[in-house]
Amino acid sequence: MRRFAYGLGRLWLVPVVLVIWQFTAPLMESPYFPTPARIATRMYELWLSGPPSHLFLTEEVGIDVVPSLIRLLGGWLGASLIGIILGIALGRSARLSGYVDPLLQFGRAIPPPTLLPVFLVLFKIGDGMQLATIVFGIIWPVLLNTIDGARYVDRLHLETARVFMLTWRQRLFRIILPEAAPKIFAGLRLSLSLALILMVVSEFIGSTNGIGYHLMNAQGDFDFPGLWADVVLLGLLGVALNGSLITVERHTLGWYHRQRQPTS
Amino acid sequence: MLRGAIGIAAFLVLAEIAGRLGLISDALPLTSEIVARAVTLMPDADFLPAVGQTLKTSAIGLLVTGIVMIPLGVILGTFPKAERALRPFIEFMRPVPSIALIPLAILVFRDVFAAEVAIVIYAATWPILLNTMYAVRDVDPVARETMRSFGFGPAAVLRFVSLPSAAPFILTGIRLSAAIAIIVAISTELFAVGVSGIGVFLITAQSGGGAVETVIAAAVWSGVIGLAINGLFVYAGRRLFRWHHARGGETT
Repeated sequence: MRRFAYGLGRLWLVPVVLVIWQFTAPLMESPYFPTPARIATRMYELWLSGPPSHLFLTEEVGIDVVPSLIRLLGGWLGASLIGIILGIALGRSARLSGYVDPLLQFGRAIPPPTLLPVFLVLFKIGDGMQLATIVFGIIWPVLLNTIDGARYVDRLHLETARVFMLTWRQRLFRIILPEAAPKIFAGLRLSLSLALILMVVSEFIGSTNGIGYHLMNAQGDFDFPGLWADVVLLGLLGVALNGSLITVERHTLGWYHRQRQPTS
Repeated sequence: MLRGAIGIAAFLVLAEIAGRLGLISDALPLTSEIVARAVTLMPDADFLPAVGQTLKTSAIGLLVTGIVMIPLGVILGTFPKAERALRPFIEFMRPVPSIALIPLAILVFRDVFAAEVAIVIYAATWPILLNTMYAVRDVDPVARETMRSFGFGPAAVLRFVSLPSAAPFILTGIRLSAAIAIIVAISTELFAVGVSGIGVFLITAQSGGGAVETVIAAAVWSGVIGLAINGLFVYAGRRLFRWHHARGGETT
């Protein structure tokens, strides 16, 4: 509780800025910068003015937000799974990773948006193209971090495991994965924030729903409060996603941080 | 090194064979076609100016970001109270994809070039600002206090202790931001359909009859350019900060 109050105390500048913005925006008489209250009202109109039976969510939530979330999480989970499996395999085999390392470095260097036209041709308009864009764009941090984490597993631990004749499954789940976990999580976090970006990017072009699509429509309609509503929603989404992942990380990696505390 | 070369060659050959056998979608061109296009693309009269334009936009955005955000990072790193107050804004603004600001920026600035630079600045801000902030905050307090106890003022402490010890991390931030700046510039060009640039080149190539090999070749060149710029910054960091214990260290 005290921590909560402390956390709130650190936010003191937020209401100050919001109030200043609220009172200066009308003075500028610019349609581009609506007041915070106007943006909040627009968000309420768009997404939260539904019937109580739907938890006050409007139908637009199902069109604007839900498809985006499914793409984002689906793409992220897919990329994470592929990245971790491939990464462990590559990290445990120095020879294999020697062959593919330059390819991976180069794959990471290609700006994902430049491949949008290619994915568009390959998958046509639709979820497949969006997922491909997201997965291609975000797999690199997980993959490269997992390779790194799996490569530098303590030799002593692996040799002990061999002496005790642990099966490869036991070695994987008891030694390699836990030791690589901190690095893997760092990669997962980076990928998640990239996924949010690529979700929007992929929805700009080949989509008929989602936040990115809504943004484009709001631009076409000169709906400035709507544009700002999307931007605020994306910010909230980013904070929420990152926060949840950090919570998961704390639970899974609690042992790691405790172990490191006395020395650091 | 040798293995890497073999790996790349094997990948190209396998992709070519798979393409010829029809194992991958025939919407994708053959590897040999892509490589050939990549070679002819280099002296292409349309592509080179596009690359120049994208690099110019990114460089201007990066420069403005550095001029504004490095001093801001130094201030926030020096005064924890200011940092704590601004923290919520940074936490909230950082995850907003700069790409999502494209529609807004185009309407606000009207001029596509100005919108592009503004979006590059927004995206490039975070690595530079955060790296500067953390680096200045983590300056060895003993060194700082020693300077202070010898009677040096805050300006001298900043000049002789804080900035030199933070500089390698700041450079790392600039390097990360440079990569982001180029990607964001290309993305903006893709969606804002404006003057010129790699993104505009891609869109034109695509609408000009599905020249997929041109698009992939341009994407490959964008990757090469990104790697080259990254390498340039790494090299500069090694040369400039040879003396630094944590050279090349990344805080993000």
